[in-house]
Amino acid sequence: MDGQGITADPELQQFIETESQKQRFQQLVHQMTEVCWEKCMDKPGPKLDSRTEMCFVNCVERFIDTSQFILNRLEQTQRSRGSFSETMSD
Amino acid sequence: MDSFGSDYSPSAGSGKMDTGTIMEQVKVQIAVANAQELLQRMTDKCFKKCIGKPGGSLDNSEQKCIAMCMDRYMDAWNTVSRAYNSRLQRERARM
Repeated sequence: MDGQGITADPELQQFIETESQKQRFQQLVHQMTEVCWEKCMDKPGPKLDSRTEMCFVNCVERFIDTSQFILNRLEQTQRSRGSFSETMSD
Repeated sequence: MDSFGSDYSPSAGSGKMDTGTIMEQVKVQIAVANAQELLQRMTDKCFKKCIGKPGGSLDNSEQKCIAMCMDRYMDAWNTVSRAYNSRLQRERARM
């Protein structure tokens, strides 16, 4: 176990795993905020009104739905055709 | 087996960094990276919203618009974070 460098430290490994997960979450929040800002934000007012807030919430839900839909469909088409390149031509 | 707290003893400074110090530094670096990410995207979005035609200076109404835009961007960020978090929670509960 020894002499493997810092990654062999189980405490540090656990820490890095947790932080990586948190960072993936944060990164997606940055990305979705940017995308949904374009979709939902008109002119920035003195407060975020409830209609705009609802738009942001829906935007997040649909963005994730879209991502999952695309992933599922790609998986399906890949499984039924065997090759990915064939599906690109129809 | 060393306990976590004992890593912080001041005598443990023999060249090799202890786990606690590394974790502390990683946390700081992550926080800095996230702040930079937010700053960059916020500047981009609020410049787009508030600066129509760049003039000779950042005038008063533009400054007001930017200030408001910053606050709304933070609101939006928090709303998105909450929505994403609750979605994750729901999906975890379904499994």
